[in-house]
Amino acid sequence: MTLEAFADTIVPGEKRSPDDRAVAGVSAGGGAVAAGAIELLETPATGISAALDDYAEALNRNAREYAEGRGLPLDDAVPPFVALPFEDRTALVQELTSPRHREKELWVLLALFSNMAFDTAAHLHTTDAIAAGHPGLAAMGFLGPGEDGLWRFPDFSYGRPLAEPHPDTTASGSPA
Amino acid sequence: MTTTESTDVLIVGSGFGGAIAAYHLAAGGAKVTVLERGPWLKAADFDHDFLLGSSYTRIFDFVVGDGMSLLGGNCVGGGSVVYFAAMPRAPRFVFDRVSATGQRIWPESISRDVLEPWYDRVAEALPITQQDWNDVTFAGGLFAAACAHAGRTANPVPAAVDRTKCTNCNWMMSGCRFDAKRSLLLNYLPAALAHGAEIRPLHEVQKLTRTEGGYRVHYKVVDDVDYRVYAGEGEIDAKIVVLAAGAGATPVILQRSEPELGPMPRAVGRYFSGNGERLNTAVVDEDRARELLGLKRGDGPAFRANQIGKGPVVASWDTLDASRPTHSRYSLEQLYFPPGFGTILAQVPDATGPSWFGKEKKELVRQWQSWLTVFTMVEDDNEGVFGPPPPTGNAVRISQQMLGRGPIRYEPSANTLRGWAESDAAVRDILERDGLARVMPWTNDVVGAYTVHPLASCRIGDDPQTSALDDGQELRGHPGIFVTDGSAVPAALTVNPALTISALAERAVPGIVKAARDRGVNVSYGAPAPGGETAGRRGVQAQLPGLTGL
Ligand SMILES: Cc1cc2nc3c(=O)[nH]c(=O)nc-3n(C[C@H](O)[C@H](O)[C@H](O)COP(=O)(O)OP(=O)(O)OC[C@H]3O[C@@H](n4cnc5c(N)ncnc54)[C@H](O)[C@@H]3O)c2cc1C
Repeated sequence: MTLEAFADTIVPGEKRSPDDRAVAGVSAGGGAVAAGAIELLETPATGISAALDDYAEALNRNAREYAEGRGLPLDDAVPPFVALPFEDRTALVQELTSPRHREKELWVLLALFSNMAFDTAAHLHTTDAIAAGHPGLAAMGFLGPGEDGLWRFPDFSYGRPLAEPHPDTTASGSPA
Repeated sequence: MTTTESTDVLIVGSGFGGAIAAYHLAAGGAKVTVLERGPWLKAADFDHDFLLGSSYTRIFDFVVGDGMSLLGGNCVGGGSVVYFAAMPRAPRFVFDRVSATGQRIWPESISRDVLEPWYDRVAEALPITQQDWNDVTFAGGLFAAACAHAGRTANPVPAAVDRTKCTNCNWMMSGCRFDAKRSLLLNYLPAALAHGAEIRPLHEVQKLTRTEGGYRVHYKVVDDVDYRVYAGEGEIDAKIVVLAAGAGATPVILQRSEPELGPMPRAVGRYFSGNGERLNTAVVDEDRARELLGLKRGDGPAFRANQIGKGPVVASWDTLDASRPTHSRYSLEQLYFPPGFGTILAQVPDATGPSWFGKEKKELVRQWQSWLTVFTMVEDDNEGVFGPPPPTGNAVRISQQMLGRGPIRYEPSANTLRGWAESDAAVRDILERDGLARVMPWTNDVVGAYTVHPLASCRIGDDPQTSALDDGQELRGHPGIFVTDGSAVPAALTVNPALTISALAERAVPGIVKAARDRGVNVSYGAPAPGGETAGRRGVQAQLPGLTGL
């Protein structure tokens, strides 16, 4: 739940149900969570799948400190990071990933994979992801492959000169 | 017990520098062994797939350093398998560049004129052809039209792409499925194999030590799927060693070898350049593209074609003007990065919250098909320095593939920052003019600056204080070790570097052949291009006596 809330801070989406606490619901359409962020994080290939419990614990520790520092009350029914309003989740993630933060590398890594779940569906074959209507690839308008699962774009060029080449271009087509 | 094998010439890495040396030495009759850290994939293995573990991650190395991240190839063929195949020659002024203290950076013996026949050799081998407007993709076309609208010029870029085979799928970074991209897998490497060279994939060289007549190369065998795991190790003795592991790895191997080989030249692992790279993402306004530039695709939209095409096809060279001050000379090139690599660091124009993640970023990503990426290559100040080497390889691997943490430190100088700011302003001038697009540079806050063109970490030059290699690319103080990859290029090139790396490697070969002969290897120089063409060979004839000291 904590990591879902983190992924939702990176690429926010709409709530899966009215009582969804992890997904803040600040953006229409599926976000990182619906795109499969947790499935991706749990994939051993990422190299961080074994550390996810530690990640959640550390994030909640940071969230508790953040809340205490600002006198924000936290709802005990959910983990501290989930209890934070979206704006505060965002502010905390901004802090954790900022250039001088000592834990920056850890959080950047988690953010990168959360992003990748949305914009590449890196835990799925791309053709399968598209066929299943993956929310990230769909939001980007990522065009699908041909019947053999490969991409080709026979129509790719305006097919006419659109600028004057540099006057000093050499015979090889290079700068002088 | 480890058995020690032996060979005449041991080559580390199979990218441009490694493949070129391997071909010529094998063709000349030497016993050549190439050790390559990555796997050996062929056309059918190059997936159109973003799944972790497909070729999109198998053949890459992404190393995050302190202030700089490096992206390179990790496979037989090296960067040529993942590159975009834009192959311009470097402008003349690059070779005349002087350092802050007024010293020439390039060796006195090398100029554009000197390199020209070597460039020709490579152009014949790959081959490289000049693209025309019919090869220019929608993205390149839009960039060209925007340049023209802003009163600037723009050129179709020479490329190593067989236009008859290219399907404009835009999966170039996963390796070319259609063998349209002229990677080294199609020319130098098969020709080297035909002459008996041996290429061993998944062999990562760790260090060199000295033997009676040469060097001992120590390697570890890498697991095929999880590159963090080693499956064995070994050593090979060679009379000549050619290091071509790329500018992010070659200096690390030498640093790790220093305790046993003896002191390295001071410049090993210093003066690293990221080729002054910088990226800007523009979000094109479809209506303005139609109204201002008169663009329209067959099926209706004016642009919305970010996904369609191939790598950089159009560049603007107006600021490659010798009379401009250093750091104000740069080229701008239209480019495509696939999602993942190309989406994460893009920033939201006028963001009120965070600019690279969050709510507004998601809205930006929704417009992805209307994105246009512009790549800047400016002259930086060779600010990069390598810290102590990691235990193995050139990085501590984090993920099974691709991602690692490396020892490089890079803090851009005021000059470099000014160059980036000037080029950012130029990109804005071209693309925001009359409301055509909104533009933002990629953030450097997340993984530092980034480069796909690492250079100069072990560079050539005339001054032993500031160059690790002499102008024949032999390591100072360690005869018989040569470096032929991007680490030898002494400074930023203001254009894509692979052709210049290759031309220099071609030029270094006669000297390597001579060094091998001096050590009793029965090898000659003079092979034609890998396909049998001989024009390039004739072109370089006049320079041979100087290079071999004959
Ligand atoms: C996405 C992308 C696009 C690019 N597009 C272009 C372009 O359009 N035009 C252009 O000019 N350039 C382009 N480049 C850059 C170009 O690929 C490099 O400049 C070029 O490949 C460098 O050649 P090299 O010989 O120095 O090293 P590389 O080609 O990087 O080869 C080094 C090889 O050594 C191997 N290696 C590393 N360490 C070890 C070790 N310890 N033991 C054994 N092997 C090792 C690596 O796996 C690699 O295969 C691009 C690069 C990338 C990443």
